[in-house]
Amino acid sequence: MSVEVVLPGVLADLAGGTKHLQVEPAGGTLADLLDTLAAVHPALARRIRDEAGAVRRFVNVYVDGDDVRYAGGLGTPVPDGAVVQVLPSVAGG
Amino acid sequence: MTDLLAIGTRKGLWLARSEDDRRTWTLGGPHLLAQEVAAVSIDTRGPTPRVLAGIQYGHWGPTVMWSDDLGASWQETESGAIRFPEDTGAALARVWQLRPDSADRPGVVWAGCEPHSLWRSTDGGRSFDLVRPLWDHPHRPTWQPGGGGGAVHTVLPDPASDRVTVAMSTGGVYVSEDGGDGWEPRNSGISAVFLPEPAPEYGQCVHKVAVDAAGVDRLYAQNHFGVFRTDDAGRSWTSIAGGLPADFGFPVVASPSTPGTAWVVPLVADVQRVPPEGRLQVHRTRDAGETWTALTTGLPDACWAAVVRDAACADEADPTGLYLGTRDGCVYASADEGDTFALVADHLPDVLVVRAARI
Repeated sequence: MSVEVVLPGVLADLAGGTKHLQVEPAGGTLADLLDTLAAVHPALARRIRDEAGAVRRFVNVYVDGDDVRYAGGLGTPVPDGAVVQVLPSVAGG
Repeated sequence: MTDLLAIGTRKGLWLARSEDDRRTWTLGGPHLLAQEVAAVSIDTRGPTPRVLAGIQYGHWGPTVMWSDDLGASWQETESGAIRFPEDTGAALARVWQLRPDSADRPGVVWAGCEPHSLWRSTDGGRSFDLVRPLWDHPHRPTWQPGGGGGAVHTVLPDPASDRVTVAMSTGGVYVSEDGGDGWEPRNSGISAVFLPEPAPEYGQCVHKVAVDAAGVDRLYAQNHFGVFRTDDAGRSWTSIAGGLPADFGFPVVASPSTPGTAWVVPLVADVQRVPPEGRLQVHRTRDAGETWTALTTGLPDACWAAVVRDAACADEADPTGLYLGTRDGCVYASADEGDTFALVADHLPDVLVVRAARI
């Protein structure tokens, strides 16, 4: 199973300089995908989730265009061929 | 001889250097642009100075970064320097304090963080361990967050003993006499006007504590209303606010070399966090708080900007240098213990922390 992770430019350096990562997650949920990502790119994964495992408050994750906060959260299914996009939310000042 | 002034702001870090005994400064940066830098320290114990920064990386969470080349490059621990143990269920929200220990304890760096927690590193800040006895203290569930969040924001290790003093908002002052294994509140005499009981054992909102040059038993505290001194390591505190235009404020800085000398930066009140009469003013005591003298030479005639908790510091040069950063992005330096100030930088983002060292 292979999933494409699309990152904002500000995180590309933490992914080896690319905004597009092909990841082969160990399971079929978003949590599985992020765990796999953390094993390869721990500094990148920390930008997306805190150490308690929660997606950071001002980070949005979309699986095939659907915001996981309104889907299954970390349990959201991530099927083979899915595109998982990470975006900063509108916040700040 | 170089003097280095680190300026952490809401949106990055600036490093100013002086090569002429602090008469003029050259501002460099921004470093860590767009990242909030609420804690910074300059660790001069190693062969090269290390700048440690506690950052909030925009949307992407907090961590500790360091530079061993004065900001030219930055490093971080891949898995995060500060990570709450899994069983706590907690997550790091912000690093508020980074405090290298004494030269006799090379590699030891303390961190004070939100949520209320104290951390200790033995590898120069690459990784930290949670000081578990303070985290497990039965009082912790009742410590409330202040406006900046609930945090340990002041860490004062005693170079001559195993005593560690911390201050937190809220919670107050806690002291360990055994390097962090046991902790007791020491707030007797410090007011808590926001609580129904005016003199609780703990729960005060102590904004900053500083150690007098005479030794670690004498401390100064700038409280959420009230300026206090203890001569017995926090077991009892007495007011030293008489003579100040206001007893509210955030920083208190003690001279590292002259006993009895300390500085505060008063603000009108908690509901009016601006300098009295719109005039930024530092007040200095030479007699451990018995009397205060206003210092304004070189500070702006009109200024309604506050100086927050860690946005004031002293250096260890002779005479002592004093540094201030304001929420309107100005930084002032004094090379003569506050008698006169000069502008180092202006129009920066709001200044959260300043630290100075001779490197």
